[in-house]
Amino acid sequence: MGSQAPLIHARGLVKRFGDLTAVAGIDFEVGRGESFGFLGPNGAGKSSTMRMIGCVSPRTGGELSVLGLDPDHDGPAIRARLGVVPQQDTLDMELTVRENIVIYGRYFGLSRRELKARADRLLEFVQLDERAGSRVEPLSGGMKRRLTIARALVNEPELLLLDEPTTGLDPQARHALWDRLVRLKQQGTTLVLTTHYMDEAEQLCDRLVIMDRGTIAEEGSPAELIRRLSTREVVELRFAGEPPAIEESTFNGAVARVEALPDRVLLYTDDGDALVPVAHERLHPQSVLVRRSTLEDVFLRLTGRMLVD
Amino acid sequence: MTYAFRAYEYWLASYRRVWRGTIFSTILNPVLYLSALGVGLGKLVNRGHQLGVPYLHYVAPGILASTAMLIAAFESAWPVMGAIRWTRQFHAMLATPLRVRDVLLGHQLYALTRVGIASAIYLVVIAAFGAIHSWLAVFAFPAALLLGWSFSAPIAGLSGWLNREEGFNALFRFGVTPMFLFSGTFFPVSRLPQGIREIAYATPTWHGVDLLRGLTLGTASLLPSLGHVAYLAAWVGGGLWWARRTLTRRLVS
Repeated sequence: MGSQAPLIHARGLVKRFGDLTAVAGIDFEVGRGESFGFLGPNGAGKSSTMRMIGCVSPRTGGELSVLGLDPDHDGPAIRARLGVVPQQDTLDMELTVRENIVIYGRYFGLSRRELKARADRLLEFVQLDERAGSRVEPLSGGMKRRLTIARALVNEPELLLLDEPTTGLDPQARHALWDRLVRLKQQGTTLVLTTHYMDEAEQLCDRLVIMDRGTIAEEGSPAELIRRLSTREVVELRFAGEPPAIEESTFNGAVARVEALPDRVLLYTDDGDALVPVAHERLHPQSVLVRRSTLEDVFLRLTGRMLVD
Repeated sequence: MTYAFRAYEYWLASYRRVWRGTIFSTILNPVLYLSALGVGLGKLVNRGHQLGVPYLHYVAPGILASTAMLIAAFESAWPVMGAIRWTRQFHAMLATPLRVRDVLLGHQLYALTRVGIASAIYLVVIAAFGAIHSWLAVFAFPAALLLGWSFSAPIAGLSGWLNREEGFNALFRFGVTPMFLFSGTFFPVSRLPQGIREIAYATPTWHGVDLLRGLTLGTASLLPSLGHVAYLAAWVGGGLWWARRTLTRRLVS
C-alpha cells in the first residue's frame, strides 16, 4: 500500500436489514493496485459489503470511505470511478453486444464517438469483437460474463468490483475469465472480488478476508493463511469401502489433524512423503496422494470450526 | 436532469427495436375508433340530440384521453417492474453515477414520449375527422401529456411497491378499465347513478377528459380548466414522490 491512502477504508462497518445483521462491524483496507477478496459461504455478508462499497446500499453504521469519499454523500462521484460486475447479469438481452456497452457508457456521460472507440477496444480485450453486432440473448454464460466485465470497464475505473464473477460458469469459461482479470491486475487495476471458490481466490487475490456471519474470521494473503491455518502438505487416502476411523494419535504426532470426508480421509502433515509408508502399513488404503495444502484446506478447517452454510 | 436524459436514452434505444409496430397501430387505432364509435354508433346517438354536438365530436377527446391514460399506465407497469426484476436495467443504471430520481425521471420521460407520439397522431386524426372546433385545441397536446403523467407517475410507484406482477391484473381490471369506460369518455358522467358519479368525478381520467373536451370543442373556460390542471398535477407530484420512495426501497437498500 505504501504511503498512498487506501482506496477503500472500512472501520466498524455495519449493515442491518430490520432484525437481520448482514455485516456486523468489520474493518478492512484495500490499497491501490491490490487485488482483494472476500471469501465465505452464502449469507456471510460478502455481497452486502460489496453493495455498500458500490454505493447502492447505505451503511447502517461505522466508517466507510471509497476513493477517499463518503458513499453517503458522494455516491454519484464515487460510482463514476467504479466498475461493477454484479452477481446477476444486468445486460439487456434484446440489444446487441456493442449497444450494451455504448448505452452503459452513456450513463457515465461519455460521448458516442469516444464510446465507439472504447467499445471496439473492450470487445477485443474480452474476445467478443466478432460478436459485436449480435444480440446478447444467445451468448453463452461465459461470454455474457465477459461482456459484463467489458461494460464495467467502459469508464476506465480505478476500482473494479466483482461479485462472484465466475459462479455458474464451466471450467473453460472460468479460466478464460481469470485470464482477463489477471491481465487487468497486471495493468494496475485494483480488483475487489467476492467468491466462494478457493481456487479462484488463490488465483486472483493478493490478500483476502474470510467472512463468516457478518464478521471477518481470518485475514491475510493466500500463502499466509495456508501457513497459519493448515499444514504444509496433505495426504489424501481413499479406501475401497467405508474409510476406517482414524485418530491423530495413530501417527505419533506426525499428523496435525485428520479430516474425514465421505469419499476420502485427509491427513494434515508437514512431511507427506514420510507418512505414506506408515499409512499404507496401518490403514491399507486403496490409493494415496500427497499434495500441498491449498486454501480449500483452510476453508475446510474453518468449516469444521465455525462456518455453517 | 442531464442524468435523467442518460437513462431516457436507454429507453429510446430499446424502443427503436419495436417502434414500427407501435406506430402502425397508433395511427390505425384512432381511425378505427372514430369510425366505429363516432360515425357508426354516433348515427344512433345523434338522434337523441342530447349532447349539443355530433357524437363523433363528443367522443373524440374521450378516446384521446383514454389512449393517453392506457399508454401511460402500461408503460409504467410491466416495463418498470421488468427494469427492477427481469432485465434489471435499473440496477445497471444505479451502478453508474445515476441516482434513483434520474432512473425514475428517465423512464417517465420515455413514457411521456410514448403518450406524446400517440396523442399527436390522435389529434391529427381527430382534426381530419373534423371534430376540432377551436384553436384552443393546441393546448390539448400538453393536456394529454399531463393526463398521461398523472397515471405514469403513481403507477411507477405501484410497480416499485408490488412484489408480483399479478398486482397489475387488479390495477387494470378494477382501476384502469372502469376509468376507461365510466369517466366521461363515452357518455356524460352525469348519467351515472349517485354515489358512482362522485367516484367518477374523483378520477384523474374525468378531469383529463373534461379538460380535453373543453379544448377541442372550444367550450373550456379558464378557472375550471386550471382546476383540472391543478388536480392532475397533484397526481403527478404525489405519484413521483411515492415512486421515488418505493423504487429507493426496492433498489437501494
